[in-house]
Amino acid sequence: MDTRSILIVGVGGQGTLLASRILGSLFVDLGYDVKISEVHGMAQRGGSVVTHVRYGTKVFSPLVEPGTADILLAFEKMEALRWIHFLKEQGRAIINSQEIEPMSMIMGAYEYPKDLEDRIRNVCPGAVFFDALAVAKELGNIKVANTVLIGVLARFLNVEPLMWEKAIKTAVPPKTIEVNLKAFHRGYNSELS
Amino acid sequence: MKRLMLGNEAIARGAYEAGVRVATAYPGTPSTEITEFAAKYDEIYAEWSPNEKVALEVAIGASFAGARAMVAMKHVGLNVAADPLFTVSYTGVNAGLVIIVADDPGMHSSQNEQDSRYYARASQVPMLEPADSQEALDFVKLAFELSEEYDTPVLIRLTTRIAHSQSIVTLGERMDIKLKDYKKLPDKNVMMPAMARKRHVEVERRMKALADAANDLWINRIEMGDTSIGIIASGIVYQYAKEALPNASFLKLGMVNPLPRRLIESFASKVRKLYVIEELEPVLEEQIKSWGIPVIGKEIFPVQGELSANMIVEKIAGRAPDVRPAQDLPPRPPVMCPGCPHRGIYYVMKKLRFHATGDIGCYTLGALPPLEAIDTCVCMGASVGMAHGMEKARGRDFSRRLVAVIGDSTFIHSGITGLIDIVYNQGTSTVVILDNYTTGMTGHQDHPGTGRTIKGEAITPLNLVNLIKAIGIEHVRVVDPFDLEEVEKVLKEETQREEPSVVIAQRPCALLSKEMKAPLSIDRDTCRLCGVCLRLGCPAIEKKSDGMHINQALCNGCGLCIKVCKFGAIRRAGE
Ligand code: SF4
Ligand code: SF4
Repeated sequence: MDTRSILIVGVGGQGTLLASRILGSLFVDLGYDVKISEVHGMAQRGGSVVTHVRYGTKVFSPLVEPGTADILLAFEKMEALRWIHFLKEQGRAIINSQEIEPMSMIMGAYEYPKDLEDRIRNVCPGAVFFDALAVAKELGNIKVANTVLIGVLARFLNVEPLMWEKAIKTAVPPKTIEVNLKAFHRGYNSELS
Repeated sequence: MKRLMLGNEAIARGAYEAGVRVATAYPGTPSTEITEFAAKYDEIYAEWSPNEKVALEVAIGASFAGARAMVAMKHVGLNVAADPLFTVSYTGVNAGLVIIVADDPGMHSSQNEQDSRYYARASQVPMLEPADSQEALDFVKLAFELSEEYDTPVLIRLTTRIAHSQSIVTLGERMDIKLKDYKKLPDKNVMMPAMARKRHVEVERRMKALADAANDLWINRIEMGDTSIGIIASGIVYQYAKEALPNASFLKLGMVNPLPRRLIESFASKVRKLYVIEELEPVLEEQIKSWGIPVIGKEIFPVQGELSANMIVEKIAGRAPDVRPAQDLPPRPPVMCPGCPHRGIYYVMKKLRFHATGDIGCYTLGALPPLEAIDTCVCMGASVGMAHGMEKARGRDFSRRLVAVIGDSTFIHSGITGLIDIVYNQGTSTVVILDNYTTGMTGHQDHPGTGRTIKGEAITPLNLVNLIKAIGIEHVRVVDPFDLEEVEKVLKEETQREEPSVVIAQRPCALLSKEMKAPLSIDRDTCRLCGVCLRLGCPAIEKKSDGMHINQALCNGCGLCIKVCKFGAIRRAGE
């Protein structure tokens, strides 16, 4: 199989690394060659962060290049737009509707763009927006927002839910398996706009 | 068994399988996780050393004493460890000694993008460069063999995209490597001029032998494809180039110092157009060109930043990939976390309009707006010496509005000697130690002041106050950086002194505690929109068109903003 690419973007501290670990574990179980490139260090302190996930028969570069991503999974709305040009022509965008202001906006130098959804849909008409934070809050743990998003993503990959569950169990801290599985299914079974 | 592993974890695994007994390091992105993973093996003694020089010296001692030893650091850490490096190149080893150095092209988390391959050349030490996690594991094992066979330390160079990428590795067993005998060998281990002169001859002999052996070493390999394009590459660049031009011919170098001249010549003779693609400096290119081999390199590739598959396609095949333009958006640089202890003291420093020499750590982020609390950042420990230098250049009056700002771990790394200099040479600087009980930026590692080792054992923590007093500083004050009034008073008093002083601001890093306090909120009716709270630079406090607002998903409930709001508009839920 040709190499496929998923780009996970967000704001440092949002837990994008956990999402990539779930995907990594899944694709290894499915027998693919996998490479994941992560960001550690300074950007994890609230900066724009990106994790690259690539899988296929044989993967060379761990990096997703502009114009080559099959899926963009965004944990934050403005970050979705920042990385949208990494998508292929027919690529799919799955976007958490959470908004986090960068410091330049907090300082009043800019306003958080109001037309983000339109700008995103201009480039990627099929973009899916989803309020994962709200679901995570209902489940009583805002940290599982990433697993909710993984659930939404899972609807677009042709993989058995059981395989996803196995990957989640491997990747998340043992104590949080139950709530993460719930979070996954909430995302997987949700109505999408 | 197969597993997905971070390059750094694979390095640790390689060390484990190679029978390593001692692993040392000072944390530094992108190398930190190597030693964290090494510490998980019961068979390996692992430690956080106070700095990279000590880390290398401990590893040298272990090697001389007969145990395989590994030390890991980031590229700038090798500057600190360069002194022992150049001489251990002369002494050689007893049991194998491997030095891992992680470069950071593109400066994801560094103050420069120096190329460590120059160190390998300058210190006459062989250097290997893996291209994925499996190679990271395999190359560590090979490096120990080479180290013992050629009686030399061996460097392994990683870059961020190898260190922090996961790929699949096959695990092996730990080799049964016995402790070697320890013998007193003054001719080899005591580098006084007479002995060192002889050893230098050995070093040259060894590098020649290695250069010769490199031609047949399995990690240097030719992959013939279409002969119209030949590419010489190593490390991550090999992967980018394979992605870009899968049908080209490749010479993949696993050893980047010394270079296999015959192999390169033979490869060059088989291809029509030869390229050498490397990130950062033209280290391979200059050597290859010096042998009269025509090769294209930095004529078309930049010396700054990271390369990419798209760039390689564009430069070599002349095809620009069809990519939509990037959107124009405000940038999102990193910021100190909500609840960060540094925010309190920086807020006061800004208010007092102090100048400050800064240092390396999370607190470097305080240079950015709105706090803009520090003026400089050069290297680990520099703040202390630089404040002293500023005073000597501009006089004592200047020092009355100047502080040096340094973290606890950084102070132990290399701030102490600067402080001794201030005392010895009659400076009057005030040094502020931001003690957050951890090494924050690299992901919360322990250090001598935290009371815990890398293995989690409890120890007696280094007593900073006693240490500083012993240096000869009389005025040492401990403050809570969130007690803004006290901080202001103490900073004013201590900077006024015609003697040196140290202020230790103690409060744990906001990420150390797992439990979050309830987030705060702003009462719209009481808030007068004065904007003082925004000056804290807390990422949770936002200014929306309908007024100030605290982002409930981000606020950690630290309560600092309550203290700066003069109108009592900021409240904890239920109060
Ligand atoms: S990790 Fe700790 S020290 Fe670093 S910015 Fe966050 S709270 Fe501050
Ligand atoms: S909003 Fe206030 S209480 Fe919450 S993290 Fe920021 S400064 Fe602390």
